[in-house]
Amino acid sequence: MENQSPAMLSVSPSPHFHSGESTAVIMQDVLIALVPATLMAVVYFGWRTVLLLGVCVGSCVLAEYLCRRAMNRPQTIGDFSAAVTGVLLAFNLPPTIHPLLAVLGCVFAIVVVKQMFGGIGMNFVNPAIAARVFLLISFPSQMSRWSIPFFYLSRNADTDAVSSATPLAQMATGTVNVSYMDLFIGMRGGCVGETCVLALLLGGSYLLLRRVITPEIPLCFLGTVAVISLLAGQNPLLHLMTGGVMLGAIFMATDYTTCPVNRAGKVIYGVGCGVITMTIRLFGALPEGVSYAILLMNILTPHIETLTQSAPFGKEAA
Amino acid sequence: MDPINTAEGMEGEDRSVVSAAPPQPVIELPKRPYRTHGGVHPPHHKNTAKLASEEMPAPSHVIISMQQHIGKACQPLVKVGDTVAVGQKIADSDSPVCSPIHASVSGKVKRIGSLLLPNGTEVQTVEIEADGLQTVCPEIAPPQVETPEELYLAVRESGLVGLGGAGFPVSVKLNFNSNRHEDMPLRKVDTLVINGAECEPYLTADCREMLESPQDVIEGARFLLRMLRLRRVIIGVEANKPEAIAMLRMVITARGLEKRICVLKLRAAYPQGAEKILVKACTDRTVPIGKIPADVGCIVMNVTSVGFLARYLRTGMPLVTKRITVDGTAIAQPKNVIVPIGTSVADVADFCGGFREDPRKIVMGGPMMGTALYTMDYPIIKQNNGLVFMGQAEAAAGQPTDCIRCGRCVAACPMYLTPVNIQHLAEQRDKAGIEEINVKGCMECGCCAYACPAHRPLVQFMRLAKTL
Repeated sequence: MENQSPAMLSVSPSPHFHSGESTAVIMQDVLIALVPATLMAVVYFGWRTVLLLGVCVGSCVLAEYLCRRAMNRPQTIGDFSAAVTGVLLAFNLPPTIHPLLAVLGCVFAIVVVKQMFGGIGMNFVNPAIAARVFLLISFPSQMSRWSIPFFYLSRNADTDAVSSATPLAQMATGTVNVSYMDLFIGMRGGCVGETCVLALLLGGSYLLLRRVITPEIPLCFLGTVAVISLLAGQNPLLHLMTGGVMLGAIFMATDYTTCPVNRAGKVIYGVGCGVITMTIRLFGALPEGVSYAILLMNILTPHIETLTQSAPFGKEAA
Repeated sequence: MDPINTAEGMEGEDRSVVSAAPPQPVIELPKRPYRTHGGVHPPHHKNTAKLASEEMPAPSHVIISMQQHIGKACQPLVKVGDTVAVGQKIADSDSPVCSPIHASVSGKVKRIGSLLLPNGTEVQTVEIEADGLQTVCPEIAPPQVETPEELYLAVRESGLVGLGGAGFPVSVKLNFNSNRHEDMPLRKVDTLVINGAECEPYLTADCREMLESPQDVIEGARFLLRMLRLRRVIIGVEANKPEAIAMLRMVITARGLEKRICVLKLRAAYPQGAEKILVKACTDRTVPIGKIPADVGCIVMNVTSVGFLARYLRTGMPLVTKRITVDGTAIAQPKNVIVPIGTSVADVADFCGGFREDPRKIVMGGPMMGTALYTMDYPIIKQNNGLVFMGQAEAAAGQPTDCIRCGRCVAACPMYLTPVNIQHLAEQRDKAGIEEINVKGCMECGCCAYACPAHRPLVQFMRLAKTL
C-alpha cells in the first residue's frame, strides 16, 4: 500500500484515550480557587499582604527550582504545586510577619518537608502546615501578632500593627464581640487568608465544581467541629467561622498527597481532623488547633488507608 | 430464596431431552440497572451510529489468522494451491477450547504464512487469492438443532467466538459444564445477559446490529432461552443508544416476549460492557474473582453474537464477515463496514476513502482497550469490532509525571482496587504486597490510566504486577 508507513505508526498499551487532566491544571485550579480569599486579604490587610504573597510564592518556587537542580532531578516548578504551597503558607501567617521569617518557612516547606522526601506526592505531611507549625513553635510571638482589618489605614500603621485578640482567643476568655456577619465576610483579626469565610466557601465551591476535591473531607471536618461544639454547649457557628477551620477544611486537609485516597478513609480523616481541632480548642492551652489536627491526621493517613482498604469486586464472595 | 437454586431439572444429563419440556417459571425481570462502582466518562464519539452499514466487496487477497479466539491456535486444513469457497472450513484444532475458521472469499490458497501479533508472538496464516466470484461452499445448509448437544456442535462449526472483543469460543461458553473443574458442583444457569452496552468510544457496530437486525437478536435470544432452558434474558444497552433500546423493545413486544426478555437501559459510563460489571448491573450478582458468570447462573453474550447465531441457524453460513466501525480523526469517511474476515486494515482504510491526515496510531478495537497496530497489513479477525485511525493530535500521549496521590484511579476503578498502591508495589517488585492487594481482579479496562492526571502508565503497572 502506498499509504502505508509503518515507521510512523506509534504503538502503546491501552488505553489510547486520556481525560486530559494534568497535575498543572489541577494546581492552577487550586490557585484560581484561592483568588477570592487573596483579594479579601489584600483589602483587609493592605499592601503588606501583596508583598507577603509575592515573597512566599517566589521563595517556594525558587527553593523548588534550586533543590531540583541540586539533586539533578527533572524540574517540577511547571506543575505549580510550589506556587500553591507558597500561597497557602502565606495564608497561614499573620499579616505583619517579617518577610524573612516567611522565606524561612517557605524554604522549610519546600526543601525539608517536600523535596527531602522525594518531591511532589511523596511528602508525608502537608508542607504549608508543617512550615506553619515550625514557625509557630520557633517564633511564637511573631506568629501571634494579630492585626485588625484596615489597620493600614490608621496613622501609625507603619510603625506597628494594631494588636487585637482573635475571636477564638476571645472565646477562650468568654467575651466575643463580633457579629456573625463580620465573621462571614472576614472582618476580624487572624491569619492572612483565613478570615473571610465567604471567599473561602466560594473557592471551595469552585474546587468541588471542577472536581478537584470531593466533599467528604470538608464536610466531615466541619460537621465534626459543629457537632462537638454543640455537645460542649458552645456556639457551633462561632467555631466554624473563626480560626483556621474553613481554610484548613477546604484547602489544607484536602491536599492530595497527605490525605487518604479512598472514600471511607477520607471520612475517617475528616472526622479525625475535627475531633483533634475541637479537643485542642476546648481543652488545650492553645486557642487554635487546626494546624496540629491536620498535621496529626496527615501522619495517620497511611494507617487509615490500610484499615479502610475496600475489598475488591468479587473478593468477599470467593 | 436464591433464584439459581430454585431452577429445576438443570442437570447436564437431563439436557438432552429438555427441548420438549415446558418452559421454566419466570423470574422477575429487573426494572432498572443495579449499582456498579467507579467508571469514567470518555467522550462517546458515536459518529457512525446513524450510518447504515456498508458491505465491503471482497478484496483481492485475504490473510486469515489461525488465532481468532481465546484458546489453542488452529491448524490449516488446506494447502497451497487448494481451491476454496466461501464458508469452507479451512482450519480447526482438536483442542476443547477452540473455534474453527472458514474461508471468507472464494479463490486459491496462495501461501501458508505467519503473522507477528502485537503481543510479540507469531501465528500461522492462510493467505487466499480471491477469484472475485464469491462462490459459496456447496456443503452449507441450515443446521438441525433439536437438543443442546446439537446446539454446541452447530455453534462450534459456525466458528462463532465472543464478538464483543474477547473472542471466547461460544460453543464452550454455552456448554458451561464442559470445562468445569471435577470437584465443582454442576453450574445452574438461569439468565442470559446480552451485552449491547458498547461502552467503548467510537464503536457503533453493536448499535447497528440492534438497529438493523433486531429480529435476529430477539430470535437468537428466544432460541437460547428455549434450548438452554433459561428463565430470562436481560439485554443491557447503554443509555446513549435510545433508538436501539426502542427498537429491541418494539420487537420484544411485537413477539409477546415481555415476560421473558427485557432491555435494560444502563448508565452510560465506561466500562458498563465489561462482563462482570454487566452481570452486576443486570442481575445484582457478583462474579467472584477467578470465576466465570456461569458460576453465578449467567451466560453473557455479545448482542452481535446472538444476532449471528439466529442467522446461522437460518442459513448455515459460518462466521466469515464482521461488521466493524471505522472511525478516528485520521479517516476520511467514518462508517460501519461489513468486511470479509482477513481483509487487511489498509484495504478497509481505502474503502473508507483513505486518510484525511496521516494516521499516527491505528487501534484495533476501541480506544480504551484496543490494541495499537504496528502495520496496516494486519488482517481483520472475527472479534474485531472497530478500527480507530488516530491523527497526530489524537494520538499524542502525555509524559508521565510523579504520582500526586489524587485518588482518581481509586474512584475510577470498577473493581474497587487501588492502582495508586499497586503501581508502587509493582515498581518495588513486592510480590507479597501484590498478593494481598488482589491485582488479579484487574481486567485492564484502563479507567485508572484514563483518569490519571500524572499520565501514569497504570495499566502497564497492573500487567507487570500480575506477572510477578
